Parts: sequence; C-alpha cells; structure tokens
Amino acid sequence: MINVRAASLSFNHDGTSRPVLQEISFSIEQHESCAIIGPSGCGKTSLLFLLTGLLQPDSGVIEIADGFRSGTILQNFGLFPWKTVYQNVGLGLVLKGEEQSLIRRRVDHLLTEMGLAGFHSHFPGQLSGGMQQRVALARALAIEPEILYMDEPLSSLDALTRERLQNLLLEIWQKKKITTVLVTHSIEEAVFLGRKIIVLSRRPGRILQIVDNPDAGERGYRRSELFFHRCINLRELLKGEDGGQET
Amino acid sequence: MGRKRDTLLAAVILLLLWQLAAVLIHADALPRPGEVFADAGRKFLDGSLLDDLAISCIRALLGIVLALVTAVPLGLVVGAEEPLRKRLSPFIYLLYPIPHVVLLPLIIILFGIGNLSKIFLISLIVFFQILVTTRDAAKEIHRNYFYSMQTLGATRRQIYRHVILPATMPKVMTALRISVGTAVAILFFVESFATTRGLGYIIMDSWGRADYVSLYTGITCMGMLGFSLYMLLDRLERRICRWNQTN
Repeated sequence: MINVRAASLSFNHDGTSRPVLQEISFSIEQHESCAIIGPSGCGKTSLLFLLTGLLQPDSGVIEIADGFRSGTILQNFGLFPWKTVYQNVGLGLVLKGEEQSLIRRRVDHLLTEMGLAGFHSHFPGQLSGGMQQRVALARALAIEPEILYMDEPLSSLDALTRERLQNLLLEIWQKKKITTVLVTHSIEEAVFLGRKIIVLSRRPGRILQIVDNPDAGERGYRRSELFFHRCINLRELLKGEDGGQET
Repeated sequence: MGRKRDTLLAAVILLLLWQLAAVLIHADALPRPGEVFADAGRKFLDGSLLDDLAISCIRALLGIVLALVTAVPLGLVVGAEEPLRKRLSPFIYLLYPIPHVVLLPLIIILFGIGNLSKIFLISLIVFFQILVTTRDAAKEIHRNYFYSMQTLGATRRQIYRHVILPATMPKVMTALRISVGTAVAILFFVESFATTRGLGYIIMDSWGRADYVSLYTGITCMGMLGFSLYMLLDRLERRICRWNQTN
C-alpha cells in the first residue's frame, strides 16, 4: 500500500545543504500498523511529511496506492484554537463540501466514540491535553481514511492518559482496519502499537533495522514478558545512536 | 460586572481629580466638571450638540471602517504570501513613518474641503497602523496550521478563510483599538479647519471665543466618543475572538 524506495531528503540552510534522510526504503501493507522510531532530530517527522506529501524527496520514489483517503495528526498546533471541537472535527468534511446533515451525523458519532460527547462547543484551549488529542484523532478519522498518519500524537501527555489513548488507538486500528503509520520517540509505544517497527539512525536518518513485531495489537501484550524483551532489544538498538553520554 | 464597576470607579476618581484641580488652579481655563456637565446637558436637551456629535462620530467611524476594509485584506495577503511580502514590505517601511497629516493640502486638492477629505485622512493614517499589524500577524502564523490544512486537502482560499483570517483576528482587533485613539486625534485636527460642524470645530470655536465651558464640553464629548468606540470594539472582540478569552 505504501512503498518507499531509496528516498533521500535534504534541507537547505543559508546555502548549505544538509542531508536529513538517506536512502530510505520500506513498504507497508494494507491494514498494517507501522511505528517509526529514532533519536530526536533523526528525521522521523520529515519521513512522515514525505509520506503525507507535505514534502517531496530529492531522490527516490514514494508510492502510495491510488484512491485511498488518508488522515493525519501532526505534532502540536494541529487543532485550530479558533474553532470549536465540533468545527475542528468536521473541518475535513466542510472543506470537501459535504452536506451539513452528513457532517453532523458523522461528527456526533465520532465525538461519542471518543468520549467527547457534550464538548461540541468547547474550544481546544478549554480541554486537557488528552482530550485535545482525542479531538485531533476524531478530526483525522472524520473523513474515514484508509491510512492514518500520526506524528508523536501522545508525546505531550502524562503516562496514564497516554496509556489510555494507546489503547484507544489500538481499538481503532482493530475495528476500522486502518493502515496506520505512527512516528514516536517512545520505545514502549513503538513496541505496543507497531507490528512493524522502522528504526532510524541519528541524523542523517538511515534505516538501522526494520523489526517485525507480530504480537502487537493485543491489549494484554503490554504486560507480557515478550513485550519487555522487545523493548529491551529496541532500546539496545537505539542506544548506539543516541549520542548522549552514559550517566 | 466587575469591569463595569471598575470603569465607573475610574470615572468617579477622574472627575474628583478634575474638580480638585479646578478648585486649586481656580482659573477660567479650567472650569469645574459641574459647570461643564450642566452645559453639555443643556446642549444635549436643546439638540444643538447632537448634530456635531453625530457628524464627528460618522467621520471617525467611516474613516476607521474604510481603513479596515482595505488594510486587512492587503495585510493578510502581504503577510501570508512570501513573494508578495518581499516585494511590498519595503514600500510599507518607507511609507509608514511619514507623518501622513502633512498630505492634507494634497488631499484637499484631490477631494475638496468637505467630509470626504476629512474621512480620507483619518483612514489613511489608521490604514497603515492596521496594515502593519495585520501583515505581521499573518506572517507569524505557525506553519503547522498550514500543514494541517494541507493534509485535509484545503485550497488556498479555504486556508485564508479557516486559518489566516481567524488567526489574525485578535491582533487586528488590538490594532483597531489603538486606531480609535489615533482616529479621534486626527478627527480633532481635520475638524479644526474648513468646517462649522463637529466636535473639533466646537472646541476650536469656543477656544477662539474664550468660552472655556463650551471648550470643555467639546473635549468631554470627544472623550465620550472615543470611549463609546472602545466599548463597541470590546463587544465585537468578545464576539469574534471568543476562543481567545478561553485560555
């Protein structure tokens, strides 16, 4: 469904070109859930931007199967503070020129599903971080996407809220059969949610390894021994790339 | 309610200070507030002041509205479209600091000595204040908002409607509030010549006749005019930028 072949990207800063991503290749099947992890500044977000078409690679090919709708949740500033919860969630549909009755039906349904019923006319600024992320999720889901791209959607949340939302993401993935691509810097999150984990090196980002993690997708996985083992392995893999000092 | 009470309290304190100063200075050039308000009340009741108040109000309001409807769209486009910003910003920087009142002789040649040139001068000065603020506000919108819109498949037009316009509204309202002060000051200037109507004329005329009570009636009315415009904008801002007060 998603096919990336030898994609490279560099940014221009004051005339000098800095490589951000080098020769990235991977593919993601339909209904797959994929996590992209790597040290901060490794180009994870840029990779997601390439997939969503917000950036174009300097070389290489990015193929997304035709005719599939995609929803995207960007890190911070994703929601519009001047729009109510209802307007934020319905925005994608409004932009597509859908009928009011359809928008109302779908937004109401999603808000109930996300536990946001009764918050229609609140502004994002009046909600907690966890609720804001659920609004962002509802907005991405409103257009009924077949692919869901997420850039660290839960990074600003406290541990328990985060866990609850991870379970919600899992539920959505299972129920709606959406192909998901999740960028994260959390090892546990990657192992819990990604059946395929793409591990990037430090900048410029290359693929260190693509880890198969077929057991992801069950709520109980989080507490299994296998989960801990995978987390430890992934941590070892990332440690060499961290560049930080051992303390 | 607290705000209303505070404003009332401030008004009472100012009147007391005025009274105190009038008693201490004891000169014709500073009549007591009681005399001034009695004079203003009498002129209101016999209708002789209403004309002047109305014409001043219309001049100030039209000047501001004219500036608003021209400066906001231009400021948004110049701020949000980078090539345009690079081309036009130097012009703005060169033209903004000029004391535009000195253009009055030219404006009179072009628009005559009637209301048109008075309104035009007010709007010319206010125009630049709003233009610069709007442009800066549009320039500073976080780019993630644009990315979010792009992932939802928005057209440029939709981005203006859903992001650029609402995001800049709070700053436009601030610019407007500042421009009320400017507009009233310029109003006095343009009403001090070639007219026999308006609060500015009342002030200049009374001054010439050394009728200080009338003079202060004019000043008080001008103050009230500015204050009413502030209140109006306050109302408007609370309606338009409801989201901005919730954080």
